[in-house]
Amino acid sequence: MVAVAALTPLLETVGLTKRFDGLAAVQGVDFSLTPGEIRALIGPNGAGKTTLLGLICGRLAPTAGRIRFRGRDITDLEAHARVALGIAYTFQVTSVFRTMTVFDNVVLAAQRRWARGWRAALAADGRAVREEAARVLEGVGLTAGWDRPAGALPYGHQRLLEVAMALAADPILLALDEPTQGLAEEEIALLTDLLRRLAGRLTILLVEHNMAVVLELARRVTVMHEGRILAEGSPPEIETNPEVQRVYLGAA
Amino acid sequence: MREGARAPAGPARPDGRVWALHLGVLGLLALLQAVLPPFHHGMVTRIMLLAAFAAGYNLLLGYTGLMSLGHALLFAAGLYAAGLGVYYGQLAPLPALGAGVAAGLAAAALVGAVALRTTGVAFLIVTLMVAQVGFLTTLHFNRITGGDQGLTLTGRLRPLALGPWHLDLALPAVKYNLALAVLAAGLLLSLWVVRSPLGRVLRAVRENEERVRLLGYDPFRYKLLALVLSGGLAGAAGAGYALLFAYVGSAFADVLYSILPLLWVLVGGAGTTLGPLVGTALMVYVVDVASGLTTAYLFVVGGTLLLLVLWFPQGIVGTARARWWPWLP
Repeated sequence: MVAVAALTPLLETVGLTKRFDGLAAVQGVDFSLTPGEIRALIGPNGAGKTTLLGLICGRLAPTAGRIRFRGRDITDLEAHARVALGIAYTFQVTSVFRTMTVFDNVVLAAQRRWARGWRAALAADGRAVREEAARVLEGVGLTAGWDRPAGALPYGHQRLLEVAMALAADPILLALDEPTQGLAEEEIALLTDLLRRLAGRLTILLVEHNMAVVLELARRVTVMHEGRILAEGSPPEIETNPEVQRVYLGAA
Repeated sequence: MREGARAPAGPARPDGRVWALHLGVLGLLALLQAVLPPFHHGMVTRIMLLAAFAAGYNLLLGYTGLMSLGHALLFAAGLYAAGLGVYYGQLAPLPALGAGVAAGLAAAALVGAVALRTTGVAFLIVTLMVAQVGFLTTLHFNRITGGDQGLTLTGRLRPLALGPWHLDLALPAVKYNLALAVLAAGLLLSLWVVRSPLGRVLRAVRENEERVRLLGYDPFRYKLLALVLSGGLAGAAGAGYALLFAYVGSAFADVLYSILPLLWVLVGGAGTTLGPLVGTALMVYVVDVASGLTTAYLFVVGGTLLLLVLWFPQGIVGTARARWWPWLP
């Protein structure tokens, strides 16, 4: 089982394409992730990174191509069903439930694993769910203010809460869309440290503009440009790649 | 598990206080029947049934964020299922009540299958349309339903059999306690739902449906569930109405009975468990007092609503929660 898992890509896309009114946001992308890796997905604005993430987590339906997760074709599976298979996603724009408490946000994300069926859904929260929510919150460094409405948290803490909600779903693949955007230096350090500790236990796909974070976390980097994959390799390979330099310098 | 001896993690919840409050309200209503003069005894009976209807409406509007204008159909489904069952099938009261609940559940599932494909204003319109079809159906088949003349069940109602007792539904005390039982079911179901994991998903759907989907919940299923629970309560209230007032008629399927629960819930406080009861009680009494004073009683009703919106923008209980008692569910 372990040997097979190591050989099979965790996630694989074949010819994945998404067009919006004729404009190809993602075009013929063949992409795969190895179990346990942290992969950074970079590229200039409008390269199709968020669209690719949206296709992987099921927010968007592809125009063409297939997606396989752990060997299973999930192309036609709805987003909520993909979460049950182990794909978690955090939004680029913070979207915690603002009127619910911080603690309730995480319990909501965690309870799916317990609250199956009528009785569980209508019973009071089990101790296990609350323990899990507390553990995840402490894990991301949110140790206080659990009974405040999530909307009252400072922006940086809302980003951390967003990550906590994704982790509470107990994912196999964690797709993060610019998690460090708008965070202060110390919060970035905290999050980077958290993601590094998670590496190996789960696979992380990270859309990120902060190159320091990318270089610190990712063993492999995928560069997108105009809906296609431009380059893929280790951080040094990517840094010295003339195509990548042209795209980034050209865009700047 | 590791720390099994510890209290559950996270902020404490004021469970005791909340259950005491709700059971206290129901207990107070039970005691009230001993002191109420006959007229108010009848008013409170009616209010309790209608408040159960409103409580069901609130599950959908207040906790799930879906505004329906089709609840008359769900109320009427319960009313007619019970009323026609008694009229044509000599159904006993409890089976008739059961038939009303079943009809409310089924009608809500039907409405949901059609209307939940839309959101927002479109949902409002589609529920309104579906309910109008129901209203016109009651008129069209007037040879069965009695149309807008209705059918009187007097003389056809069998006693309510509860174990060794056979209670006459014509007795005010029997009516009062049956209405109280329906209200208790509505209130406690609401409280149970909103404090359960299910209620947490519903509140999340109200706030951001897309985010809920990305946490692994199918929003359609949860919205349908909320609508069906809401329909069950509407059906119970409708059936209770047919049994207690021994009458069914198409007026109860008209759009007015879709607007009234919306009004009661907004007045009492959407998204509060006790708001529907408070709103229903206030508005039923305002309408009664105003229509005794003037034929233009809708002016008084409108004026009352304006003042309430000014003073209690989140409804009476909703504003009380925001200002004084944040622990109210």
